[in-house]
Amino acid sequence: MAEAALVELREISKQFAGVKALGGVSLSIRPGEIHCLAGENGSGKSTLIKVMSGVNRIDGGTVLVDGKEEPALDPRRAIALGIQVIYQDFSLFPNLTVAENLSIGAELREGRRVVSWRRMRAHAEEAVRQLGVALDLDTTVEMLPTAGKQLVAIARALMAQPRLLIMDEPTTALTGREVEVLFGVVREIQARGIAVLFVSHKMREMLDISERLTVLRSGRVVAEGPIRQFDEAAITRAMTGAELDEVAFEGPALAADAVPRLAVSGLSVAGELDDVSFAVGAGEIVGIAGLLGSGRTELALALFGMRPNYAGEIRVDGETVRLDAVRRATEAGIAYVPEDRLTEGLFLPETINRNIVAASLPALSRWGLLRGREADRVAADTIRAMTVATPTGERPVMQLSGGNQQRVLIGRWLLRNPRLLILNGPTVGVDVGSKAGIHRAIRQLAVEKGLGVIMISDDIPELCANCNRILLMHRGRLRGALPSGLPPAEREALLSERLRGLS
Amino acid sequence: MSALASRLRRIDPAIAQLLLLTVLVFAGMSFLEPRRFLRPYVFESITFVAPELGLLAVAMMVTMLTGGIDLSVIGIANLAGILAGMFFHAVGGAHGPGLAGLAAGPVLVGVLIALGIGLLGGALNGALVAKAKITPILATIGTGQIFTGIALVLTGGPAIVGFPRSWGAIGNGTLGGVAVPALVFLLAAGAVWLILARTSFGVGLKLIGTSARAARFAGLRTVRTVWLSYVLSGVLASLSGIILSGRTNAAKSDYGVSYLLQAVLIAVLGGTNPAGGRGSVPGIVLALIALMLLSSGLQIMRFSNFLVDFIWGAFLLLSIALNALRTRRG
Amino acid sequence: MSAAAIPARTPRSGLRALLSRQPEWAVAALALGLMLVIGAVNPAFWEPANLFSLLRANVVTGILALGVLLVMLSGGIDVSFPAFAIAAMYLTIKGMIAVGYDGVVLPFVVATLIGLGLGLLNAVFVHGLRMIPLIVTLGTGTAVRGLLLGGVSASQINIDEMPQRLIAFANTQLLTIGSGDGHVGLSAMVLVYLLIAAGVHLLLRHTLAGRGIYALGGGEEPALRAGFSVRNTRLLIYGLAGALAGFAGLLHGSMIWVANPRDMAGSEIDVIAAVVLGGASIFGGRGSVAGTMLGVFTFVLLTNSLIIMHIDTTWQRVVVGLVVVGAAGITAWRDQRRQRGAGRGVGS
Repeated sequence: MAEAALVELREISKQFAGVKALGGVSLSIRPGEIHCLAGENGSGKSTLIKVMSGVNRIDGGTVLVDGKEEPALDPRRAIALGIQVIYQDFSLFPNLTVAENLSIGAELREGRRVVSWRRMRAHAEEAVRQLGVALDLDTTVEMLPTAGKQLVAIARALMAQPRLLIMDEPTTALTGREVEVLFGVVREIQARGIAVLFVSHKMREMLDISERLTVLRSGRVVAEGPIRQFDEAAITRAMTGAELDEVAFEGPALAADAVPRLAVSGLSVAGELDDVSFAVGAGEIVGIAGLLGSGRTELALALFGMRPNYAGEIRVDGETVRLDAVRRATEAGIAYVPEDRLTEGLFLPETINRNIVAASLPALSRWGLLRGREADRVAADTIRAMTVATPTGERPVMQLSGGNQQRVLIGRWLLRNPRLLILNGPTVGVDVGSKAGIHRAIRQLAVEKGLGVIMISDDIPELCANCNRILLMHRGRLRGALPSGLPPAEREALLSERLRGLS
Repeated sequence: MSALASRLRRIDPAIAQLLLLTVLVFAGMSFLEPRRFLRPYVFESITFVAPELGLLAVAMMVTMLTGGIDLSVIGIANLAGILAGMFFHAVGGAHGPGLAGLAAGPVLVGVLIALGIGLLGGALNGALVAKAKITPILATIGTGQIFTGIALVLTGGPAIVGFPRSWGAIGNGTLGGVAVPALVFLLAAGAVWLILARTSFGVGLKLIGTSARAARFAGLRTVRTVWLSYVLSGVLASLSGIILSGRTNAAKSDYGVSYLLQAVLIAVLGGTNPAGGRGSVPGIVLALIALMLLSSGLQIMRFSNFLVDFIWGAFLLLSIALNALRTRRG
Repeated sequence: MSAAAIPARTPRSGLRALLSRQPEWAVAALALGLMLVIGAVNPAFWEPANLFSLLRANVVTGILALGVLLVMLSGGIDVSFPAFAIAAMYLTIKGMIAVGYDGVVLPFVVATLIGLGLGLLNAVFVHGLRMIPLIVTLGTGTAVRGLLLGGVSASQINIDEMPQRLIAFANTQLLTIGSGDGHVGLSAMVLVYLLIAAGVHLLLRHTLAGRGIYALGGGEEPALRAGFSVRNTRLLIYGLAGALAGFAGLLHGSMIWVANPRDMAGSEIDVIAAVVLGGASIFGGRGSVAGTMLGVFTFVLLTNSLIIMHIDTTWQRVVVGLVVVGAAGITAWRDQRRQRGAGRGVGS
């Protein structure tokens, strides 16, 4: 070892109400390195961040900073040691100006009572100058695009003289171009000798910027080392724990003249989608791969009636439909399982049964009256058919695991007998065992019910194992497809290659 | 025994708390003033006075289900009574037998006018909240002023006195020994209970209150559903206005101002979450009974009306505290 | 990297930029426009007597509005302040009569302290029990008014019993025009109002505690992470709002020479209307002392000029309602546009 680690964690463990969040995690960050901490939602990443920032007390293990033990790390101490966290939501005040956002923390740290706008402005100018960006200091933060807000958050963190900057999911809401800008900023920060810890579940970007990688799964370190030892598929497998030997999905042979379930031609949405054309046949699973901000989610939203001002033609089973409201889309037989299960998908405190029938209420009613027994029956059927692990449908849905929640959501839409099922991140935050089960269920639906399926995912092995065809998307346009009929391993390599070529 | 225990455990804790409260109030009043409290007259008078307030509380609960509130219910109720009264005065004359003995036909038209006002007022509220996305508090404070203002402009201030006899029967009469207003209330509350628990509109309303975002992604018609909840609230308010003007034989632009707090109190005490997603008609009915027993008990004990007001307010704060403690434990 | 890649969506120059950054100008323009219209309908509007009485009518509503502004800045709403104001006023005057004290400073201190105590009660409920401010203040307001009327007294104290020095103070005049019966004066209480407004402005604009109120309105979580004490901020907000109400209550009684425990019922709506008209957002974080003062001025101008405009005063409630709905509608429209702007470019 040439130099001592800046921050070193040894065998850290942490429990919440008896549930183990971290089970003996060791991690070391060297001065001035760009380190990436990868892991799916629920793998313990956030807990680890909170340990390093002093928010969470640890149950076991030691934290060392500059080789010295820090037994009583609290937020104040962590900041004094030079550890700064930029949260995913940036923790900014949307209603205040950029200048005030940049300087109010310093005013608080210095224990002032009276604020001097001149001093705050000078402080803010210094912050912006240090970062080397131009920001309108007098604008309120809410008027900035996401990337601008992030720059404000970074500039603010840098003013606290950090030696380690922890960035929680920094690329989530950025467009591809904005990610490049961000990486430029991060390299400049590194050039000043500040270490950066990227925390993310999106592996694509990590490969570009990180020097070392640590992968967490279920509160344990499952892989670590210099970044060149990993490729994208390997990181995903480490994060999810899935094995490669999943049999690749071979969809049914499609007759050349068969009418496709979905045919999209020239679909455009201002600023989001540009002349997108493709088709999905009955029984086919079509994957859509792309970088952040590629327009994948926007495509799904447009097909689900959430972009009413789209241009272009959409046909379902040969019939032209105008999808200018969610209701139009569901009536046309389109179902969408959203990316963010917790805020967009589920009614968390409501029962499993209610969550299942939520999209079928009119169909389960006669003369406006909900047929209660019928609703309970179809909900019970769905629980059985989707093998949701619960003794009763009367439990709040928030008590289910991620995988079972996802089954509830897919089951909700199956009740409507959809013709096209759009899945956005179908197994995000789902543990390995359930993952394969969900994949099996999706394949079965495609084959047995003749559904057309669109699968949007960051998970390259998932796409390669489950899709007949994979389309690439970039900056709102489709950029070709991956040839089908390859074994999964070759497909993965090819897809990784193609994605790298896009950025 | 264990079956009973498990059944008891399944009862909503808010409802259980209310039942306990009702029993306690009843027992307390019976103990303190057994002679004057335990008389049929006391309970009979409750069946005449409680319904108008109960309807307003149900209306309040319906809008709270989506995290909203309807502060214009009093304005709608008064305007409904006033417009019906003006119609009767126009048809039957301002005084005398012509007005009092007005036939069923015109009275029915009057009922339709009153309910129509509730419908229109509710539709306006719903449009402002659901379509224009104005905060429910401000939207309904504003429309409440507009409705009250229109009532004031129409009457010039004084009450409209004198309603047809059959209109009065809605607020005063009895049917088979039971107060007509109580029957009207039970009918309306039963209908709302059915709507909330057994229709796709009602279930959708609660889902929207739980998570408006998830509701949109589940394909629920959120704008229309929220809009309809304000229409329902408006109609219930106008029904309350019919009973109020029937009972007092008068309608005025500033009647029932203190009902606003009481309606909110009953809604919150009845287990409604003002942030949305939770609320039920049985809870409202129980809270209404408990508070009506309390208020007649206090009147019997010669508390001034002002002190009763104080107790209402204190009760609201107390129920907030209890709810907070319960959720903190749970 | 190119920094120019991160443009703000604010228009950088011109009238729209001005209105976006300082919406106060829009309210000022509205007030000016109204004055011109009213003056054109009836030139009597411009007579000093009318203008002075308009300014005088700003005082109590304005001080109350500053309290409501504080609460709205943090994302809450307050409907208890009329009850607090009247309770402070009535108890103070009742006490003065009981002990036979007549003076100015001490009574105002007492009334302010009563208001402060009641305001802190709101803070305890809103912060300690996490309850929606509307419902808390509905409860405290009704309870306080009921206790005052039922537990203290429901009868009003008339001018012959009122402490004379208090009345004399409240009717001090700054300048007078004309002489004899025709003379009109500008109430010195306008000066008191301006002083209080300047104080609240200094607090909000130039102290860290004041910035904490805006920060809380921007978001509780970020405020906590930045190191603000949300509890102390809430105590400050509701305590100060109560104190302002107590002060305004006594001033109100002194200015009208009557202490009526039933007074000001329903006035919360007028004050809220004025604050909303002044550009404050009920979602918190947006609003200013200048905007609120302009909102109060415009509101008073509108409601007090009905007679001059030959409109029957029964229309006043309708006008108030339209003001609330209109102002809230514009705010909602503005917030929606803002959201739509910020929502762009999100997703993957």
